[in-house]
Amino acid sequence: MKISSLTYISVGIGGMLGASLRYFISIWVQDTFSLFPWATFTVNLTGAFLLSFLLFLPITKEKVPPFILTGVTTGLLGAYTTFSTFTLEMIQLAETHLFISLSYMFFSIIGGLGCSFIGYKLARVIPKGGNRSW
Amino acid sequence: MVNIIYVAIGGFFGSILRFAISSAFKKHPFGTWLANISGSLLLAVLFKYYQLSMIDDWMWLIGGVGFCGAYTTFSTFSNEVLVYITTGYFKNAVIYVASSLLSTLLLVYIVLLV
Repeated sequence: MKISSLTYISVGIGGMLGASLRYFISIWVQDTFSLFPWATFTVNLTGAFLLSFLLFLPITKEKVPPFILTGVTTGLLGAYTTFSTFTLEMIQLAETHLFISLSYMFFSIIGGLGCSFIGYKLARVIPKGGNRSW
Repeated sequence: MVNIIYVAIGGFFGSILRFAISSAFKKHPFGTWLANISGSLLLAVLFKYYQLSMIDDWMWLIGGVGFCGAYTTFSTFSNEVLVYITTGYFKNAVIYVASSLLSTLLLVYIVLLV
């Protein structure tokens, strides 16, 4: 499968937006009121929901050009969420607050999966033609 | 406010590299697995140098927050686990989650320790 350079650019632009948005939220959601890394937790769960929702939504595959869809899903939502910060925060927390670190891991994995599942279910409720019969 | 430019530049290259790796593995979760592990390792190394003031703020913003943040992904990871579960590959889901967590945590721990 040959991937067009247009798709690469689209993913890159999506990545710029996603990373910037994550950075904004990390400043906005200051973790000062608790040790729990709320900023990363928030972006990872909301991103997991949105990605599964968009990937399982029938209208996106029919109406949205593939390079735009890849830019939004792989680029924007992929860069908006992060795995590296998640692991770094877990290790940092584990040194002093093992229980918070383990809770962070548990709720991120279970919560992320739950959010993906809700996104997937919600996408399948929306009918193909766009008629709101629900 | 110039900080956001640094983060965006890193995000541009990080997401393209992840996409290239994922495409090379024909969208198999192994691509995401590889990106998440190598990106977590790189972030830990950068963080260590940043803490020791061996790299500047702007380098951390481009390489750490921007590049590593965008190169690794949690949303695709979650979605891939969900697809494994919904298609009946429960064992693969468990192995995928466990191996991603164990290898990244071990690598980051070693980097921060030494």
